[in-house]
Amino acid sequence: MSRFLLLLATLLLTLNAHADLRVFACEPEWAALARELGHDHLHLTTATTAQQDPHHIQARPSLIARLRRADLLICTGADLEIGWLPVLLRRAANPHVQPGKPGYFEATRFVTLLDVPASVDRALGDLHPAGNPHIQTDPRNFLPVARALGERLAQLDPARAEDYRKGTADFLRRWRAALARWNPRARKLRGLKVVTHHKGWTYLGHWLGWQVVARLEPKPGVPPSTAHLAEVLETLKRQPAAGIIRAAYQPARPSRWLHERTGLPAVVLPFTVGGTPQARDLFGLFDDTLSRLETLSHE
Amino acid sequence: MPAIPLRGKLTLVLLLFSAALPAAQNAFNPEISLILSGQYAHYRQDPDRYRIAGLPLADEAGLLPAGLSLAESELVISANADDRFYGRFTGAIAPEGGLAVEEAFVQTLDLPAGLTLQAGRFYSELGYQNSRHAHQWDFVDQPLAYRAFLGNQYGDDGLQLRWLAPTETFLELGAEVFRGAAYPSAGASRGGAGTRVLFVTGGGDIDVSQSWKAGLSLFDSRAEQRLSDGGNLRFSGDVRQWTLYGVWKWAPRGNPYERNLIVQGAFMQNRERGSYGGSATGPIDARRQGAYLQAVYQFRHGWRTGLRLDALRVPDPGSALRGSPLDPAGHTPRRVSLMVDYAHSEFSRIRLQYNRDESGPRPDDQWTVQYTMSLGAHGAHRF
Repeated sequence: MSRFLLLLATLLLTLNAHADLRVFACEPEWAALARELGHDHLHLTTATTAQQDPHHIQARPSLIARLRRADLLICTGADLEIGWLPVLLRRAANPHVQPGKPGYFEATRFVTLLDVPASVDRALGDLHPAGNPHIQTDPRNFLPVARALGERLAQLDPARAEDYRKGTADFLRRWRAALARWNPRARKLRGLKVVTHHKGWTYLGHWLGWQVVARLEPKPGVPPSTAHLAEVLETLKRQPAAGIIRAAYQPARPSRWLHERTGLPAVVLPFTVGGTPQARDLFGLFDDTLSRLETLSHE
Repeated sequence: MPAIPLRGKLTLVLLLFSAALPAAQNAFNPEISLILSGQYAHYRQDPDRYRIAGLPLADEAGLLPAGLSLAESELVISANADDRFYGRFTGAIAPEGGLAVEEAFVQTLDLPAGLTLQAGRFYSELGYQNSRHAHQWDFVDQPLAYRAFLGNQYGDDGLQLRWLAPTETFLELGAEVFRGAAYPSAGASRGGAGTRVLFVTGGGDIDVSQSWKAGLSLFDSRAEQRLSDGGNLRFSGDVRQWTLYGVWKWAPRGNPYERNLIVQGAFMQNRERGSYGGSATGPIDARRQGAYLQAVYQFRHGWRTGLRLDALRVPDPGSALRGSPLDPAGHTPRRVSLMVDYAHSEFSRIRLQYNRDESGPRPDDQWTVQYTMSLGAHGAHRF
């Protein structure tokens, strides 16, 4: 009997020592990155899908319950989740993932942010004072974030630190190889003229060097006026574009409206992992983004 | 495009940024927001003579003034005090001046085992609508049951302990002790711990498009010399109330931006046992029931419409109080509300509401146009 108890205790201890690190990712791209670095050591849960607008999430009970048990929270930061993450953090009251703790990881802290507004006036829309948070549309941003995240995983789960470092090094090698494939394709898209919905593509544009001829939603969070849409049509007469770009989560109506009036092809980009059937992981995300944009440049 | 910056530059950027951004935005500065609201109201009956049959009203639970008027301006300041505590202050500035403390509480962030302790003045978790501030309501006014039984909403000075279960489905148990100074309590009896509330809340996702929350609570209070009916009535005795509520939300693919539907309802059983004094005198032991059911549908971005049904059941108060404001005289208070609102952004909203109000024997048609705007910090997307 006592031997059985000893065995059971040892078993429980072993199980505990090898328990998965529970990771709560705010967006699919960070869940995908964590999977690349930590493989099956992580128990992953993703708060949003590629079909959801990450600004407009509610602090649902299911998210509070999941954050309650997390060891590590990976979010974009830069106020992207300002409407819901503070509520989740407060309601879940999980000491491991509060800001400032090792279990709190904000990806935007490791990347130079673009579009930092000179002044923050809501008349200009729902601006992000820290800068544009949609860093996942530039593949180069994953290098510093992956390095920082790999170190964080190693810090939180020292028993498997070596595995995480190996996983990170392996990912960085494969990612650089992929960049070497993507960069020549990106260069061919340089100067591509596009119409976008809102400023979600700043980083992709920065990488590709495309040219945004017009924006359908010039002020973030504020729907466009008819006067503005007329202005967009006017602009397009003077400066023709190759196509209209929207993210998988954005409503189709504005780009359909413009497509009907101008005949410009409307293209859905995945925006994040899961946004299109091809964007199954981070590599697929950029393979597919480039393929879809190439259909425009060939027309 | 210049060549891809690799290791050296990235490391530099990394170093620069970890130094330049010490923590999340707003981590050090309190979030401050000011909510401005006002309305135009039109009634067929005199709003000063508004009554719910058999249920004398608490102060401030009456109708908005007829014509143009300013609502309370709400000032909200909140922040993490440090890594262990969070605090929030909500002050209501009355149109005629004067600041009332609506909420002022601190909360723990790092107790073990899913526990949270909250202290100060705050709204009880007894029902879904109770802890919502006026600017978060889907209608201009609270459901009739909240207006009649709780004086719109119950907030008091107290302590709250919550335990969040480590389960996949959201399950929370909580206990609250309040001073017992605010309606429907009064007099801070039981040594300044006159009200106790127990609650259990569950919630979860049905699929990616649907989620729910439901709860059951027991409110138990001892009131001493509680005033109602414009100060004409005094009640001393026990108030005990059960509240059962449910909320179901739908948004296609979990993206509420374009379209979404929120259905909520509650059932309340309120028992008052004690005695009345003042303009009417006598013992009472009354069990009243109240219920509401509402649906709010956003049919396109910014535009929502809603329907709400309210009903109360008030028993005869007994021979001593017959003919007093506690006597419903056979009337069943009920109300139907319709609303349409438009939000230009997350920070501004204009609403039109119509109530067919049969709270008392004389039916009333009530029209309200209301604006609510929020300046400053981004509000929270509560479920």
